[in-house]
Amino acid sequence: MSFDKLWPLLAQGAADTLYMTLWSAFFAYLVGLPLGVLLVITRKGHILPAPAFNALLGGVINFLRSIPFIILLAMLFPVTRAVMGRAIGTRAIIFPLIISAFPYVARMVEGSLDEIDHGILEAAQAMGSTNLQIIFKVLLPEAVPSLINGAAISVTTILAYSAMASAAGGGGLGALAITKGYQQQNLDILYASSMALVLLVQLITVSGTRLTKWVDHRKK
Amino acid sequence: METIAETAWPDQSDNRAAVHPHIALRGLSKVYPMADGDVVALDHVDLTIEKGDIYGIIGMSGAGKSTLIRCLNRLDTPSRGQVLVDGQDVLRMNASQLRATRRRMAMIFQQFNLLSQKTVARNVRYPLEIAGVPRKQADARVQELLALVGLSDKAAAYPSQLSGGQKQRVAIARALASNPEMLLCDEATSALDPLTTQSILALLQQINLTLGITVVLITHEMTVIRQICNKVAILDGGKLAEQGTVDEVFRHTKSQAGRRLFGVLPSETEAQPEKPALRIVFDGQAAEQPIISQVSRETGVDVNILSANIHPLGGKAYGQMIIARPTDAQAYTRLTHALAQYNLTIEEVNPQ
Repeated sequence: MSFDKLWPLLAQGAADTLYMTLWSAFFAYLVGLPLGVLLVITRKGHILPAPAFNALLGGVINFLRSIPFIILLAMLFPVTRAVMGRAIGTRAIIFPLIISAFPYVARMVEGSLDEIDHGILEAAQAMGSTNLQIIFKVLLPEAVPSLINGAAISVTTILAYSAMASAAGGGGLGALAITKGYQQQNLDILYASSMALVLLVQLITVSGTRLTKWVDHRKK
Repeated sequence: METIAETAWPDQSDNRAAVHPHIALRGLSKVYPMADGDVVALDHVDLTIEKGDIYGIIGMSGAGKSTLIRCLNRLDTPSRGQVLVDGQDVLRMNASQLRATRRRMAMIFQQFNLLSQKTVARNVRYPLEIAGVPRKQADARVQELLALVGLSDKAAAYPSQLSGGQKQRVAIARALASNPEMLLCDEATSALDPLTTQSILALLQQINLTLGITVVLITHEMTVIRQICNKVAILDGGKLAEQGTVDEVFRHTKSQAGRRLFGVLPSETEAQPEKPALRIVFDGQAAEQPIISQVSRETGVDVNILSANIHPLGGKAYGQMIIARPTDAQAYTRLTHALAQYNLTIEEVNPQ
């Protein structure tokens, strides 16, 4: 296939992939970030200990994380239809992607916040901070480099999930590779769209690493 | 209105100070329940700290001193007893009363605990931000505080770009931002080299003198106590072994823990000499007398000093000296007799 015909397909595919990935990541963080904060602060010995709540929340998150995306996609069809207006298509698949990604994001955020030295939190407490002040002025700002690094990993994971969109009539580079490339035996498209996916993942990873280094003031 | 408020306020605080000690611990106990039995970190500690004191709490590691200072601002919750600040029990305060008390009772730490993602200036501004001080006013105060600790040129630096001593100065500036009446120092100089320790101690003393801030510090180093404290308490196994003015406690130390800390008793970690030796214990002898030199001259015996750990205090010497045991029996007898005349205690130390 000539490059002239291939290029528009790839451009559309990349646009659809980014559309699904970035919106899903945005909403997954909207839900997952506060949950990650709760997972950390409700632990024993942290600023708002609530062991029972912590165990319950952890259990729910583990449950959601253990369902494979392709099965979750099918299970959620009725809910997706109710929320997004329809169950299939590039836009509709954002909903199952969010449901699949937010527990993952919550665990990533938990890991980042876990790195913060407990001494810094105690100093904040000793200065008479409220819990909200500790969360927004100490815990989250101190974790920013690690949170950005985690976000880059989360986004690439969501991007990989979005490649399964073809199973629900969605678009993107993954769908392009499977429907036009694999099923119609057009190897140019299969390899070109796969390469484009690899490039996108590289781009996100490298910019994530660069940004992390740039905002990190812990080491000179 | 303002004049009334201004005149009324000092009277009130004077009354308060007269009725209640600044900080008082009453029967303070802390027990950590463990699988193989309870660990008692603090055992019925009673302690009184007055306004303007630089109160040192000293003990070996595991003596409970860290738990004690953390109970003062309720970073640790005691199992029993009271922590009274101007007569108010810190343990019975609600969350907002506790926060208000913590702002009057700043704290610095061994590991500094600065915000690594914020500049020096923003670290110092943090207590002002959380107290809702307007930005301009807060920035002016930050300038003032950085000047006080001698770090005006580091305002835009990040903590990772500073030395340990500079980090502790930032922590001190941050602690002073909320105009506290008390400053708690949790092993504040233990991570610093001796020279930096001196400068930080001098800064703490200056703060105590010029701002009238009561300083409570815990340490395992006798030199820290000797250098800046006016009162001292010795903790041993969670119990208060001794307390009083530094002069009193140094001169008439009664407890085993105190004698060990002052070097009058051998420390548990003392290195064993390779050859038979003698331990000479100085327990308040006149420091200005050159005893060893005199004894050596009088007896004609050369004294080989292996180690010495003597603290002069108020013109008296406390501590011990290890000398090689003379191999010649006559020399040994002459030397021990001469030393005994100065009321020095002499013990044999043999290699094991």
